[in-house]
Amino acid sequence: MARKISPAKTAFWTVIGWAAGFVVFFPILWMFLTGFKTELEAYSTPPKFLFFEWTTENYQTILHQRDYLHYALNSVIIAGGSTLLALIIAVPSAWGMAFSPTRRTKDLLMWMLSTKMMPAVGVLVPMYLIFIWLHLLDTHIGIIVLLCLANLPIVIWMLFTYFKEIPKDILEAARMDGATTWKEIVFVLTPMAIPGIASTVLLNVILAWNEAFWTLNVTTIDSAPLTQFIASFSAPQGNFWAKLSAASTLAIAPIVILGWFGQKQLVRGLTFGAVK
Amino acid sequence: MGKIELKGVEKTFGNVHVIQGVDLVVEDGSFVVFVGPSGCGKSTLLRLIAGLEDATGGHIMIDGVDVIDQPPAKRGLSMVFQSYALYPHMTVRNNIGFGLRMAGVDKAERDRKVDEAAALLNLTPYLERRPGALSGGQRQRVAIGRAIVRQPKAFLFDEPLSNLDAALRVNMRLEIARLQKSLATTAIYVTHDQVEAMTMADKIVVLSAGKVEQVGSPLELYEHPDNLFVAGFIGSPKMNFATGDIAKKLGGVTIGIRPEHLDLSRERGAWEGIVEVAEHLGSDTFLYITVEGIGRVTARATGEFALKVGDRVWLTPKPEHIHRFDAEGRAI
Repeated sequence: MARKISPAKTAFWTVIGWAAGFVVFFPILWMFLTGFKTELEAYSTPPKFLFFEWTTENYQTILHQRDYLHYALNSVIIAGGSTLLALIIAVPSAWGMAFSPTRRTKDLLMWMLSTKMMPAVGVLVPMYLIFIWLHLLDTHIGIIVLLCLANLPIVIWMLFTYFKEIPKDILEAARMDGATTWKEIVFVLTPMAIPGIASTVLLNVILAWNEAFWTLNVTTIDSAPLTQFIASFSAPQGNFWAKLSAASTLAIAPIVILGWFGQKQLVRGLTFGAVK
Repeated sequence: MGKIELKGVEKTFGNVHVIQGVDLVVEDGSFVVFVGPSGCGKSTLLRLIAGLEDATGGHIMIDGVDVIDQPPAKRGLSMVFQSYALYPHMTVRNNIGFGLRMAGVDKAERDRKVDEAAALLNLTPYLERRPGALSGGQRQRVAIGRAIVRQPKAFLFDEPLSNLDAALRVNMRLEIARLQKSLATTAIYVTHDQVEAMTMADKIVVLSAGKVEQVGSPLELYEHPDNLFVAGFIGSPKMNFATGDIAKKLGGVTIGIRPEHLDLSRERGAWEGIVEVAEHLGSDTFLYITVEGIGRVTARATGEFALKVGDRVWLTPKPEHIHRFDAEGRAI
């Protein structure tokens, strides 16, 4: 039986909900507003909320004097490349673990996840040295491989969870129909797992897009993504808050749009298995 | 052609011996049913033949070729699953044609064969639909279409009717039997439903705890069960068993008598009992009678037999239908 909820209670929780939402959203809103202020107004005390001289000067500066497109393109290459590479490795791996598990499969999954529990800074020095030896510093391929490896455990886990939900009978039917393992993955498993793969891709793109630790440490100019672009406004000469905010707004814009259109998939992906 | 021979086939899962040295010959063109209680290994045995499970030991020969090391695709068999296992993202046409596509058959030839199979199964109007838009019976027919279109050496059916409702099950049972006869393709059919086994099979293989208990035609099993297990499993309602003095008097350690082989009388007979429950089905009456020294006995009377609960009744087993078993449970 459905529980009865009084209108007053509904109103109360609606207000609480909106308030919590606003608190979470406020920094982003503040960043967006600051991007349209002058550097001086960005610092003003008391802070100006809406009533200031709106200006697009910051955007003009960062778009014309600083090469936003270069960084944005690098972000696309890195996020896209590392996601694609992760998928190529993760789909067969998750397939193997979901459909031909061994006694060690569970341990292996736990071990992979445990690598995410270690702080990245713990391996910064060895990674940096490896990057020097392999001449991978400030290269696309270097950061793509690195981010791919960093997110691979999550990608494999997510795909594994999705594949687990696919009835084994259907894959066995494909095998009886003469499909090789590879054809089974391409013609049967992948099309059935499309929703799962889509949300995995979306999540991984967002993770790679926002990844700041490794991108700041192993890229400088050639392969520097938007994280570097934002950081460059926090210079020894001082923090350029207005430009920093404008740059941040531009940096998150593509991912916000992608996330907005993919939010249904994303929520399903993150809560998959929790609710039917 | 599709003669399947099993020689000492074994399967263990960890420490559990699921299949214990099965020897069996399935003749070309015959309809063989594996029947047994849940967990007896009948589905596992079918999956071993299909190649979906690897045997721990023994040999499986198809047309004289040992296929024990071959993957399912190379064995030339096709399978109908209990869950239908259709490809949900493909149309009925592509579902049926998938095997041909994997075999590299060109599109025109594929379409011709799919159309042929669809016509045979009354699926023509549904060819462009996806499985989600079909009823249970239609899905089952698609699964069968997928199996027949490749002209396999044998069909393997894994409890294909257990997801259907009772009326549809009877229809599909007839349809499968008719189809198998007209195609003259070997079929191995797994079920726990002994009515399906009795009605469809040329030969029934009764399995219990991973071992073959008896192989024979439905009537052979009904009339001459080899042991207590088969006697108890085949036939509905179950055979009645008696031990002790009553059995000794009739020449066995245990004796068995089917419900339909007991004469009922209100005046006299061999065993005296009290009616506990009476089920009136119209065509038959099943009486559950408590008899001293035996326990509960099921008797089947043809037509209406006007007895009430608590009435006294006498039962007399027909002598020619008494089954006698020794101390090990083997038929004498």
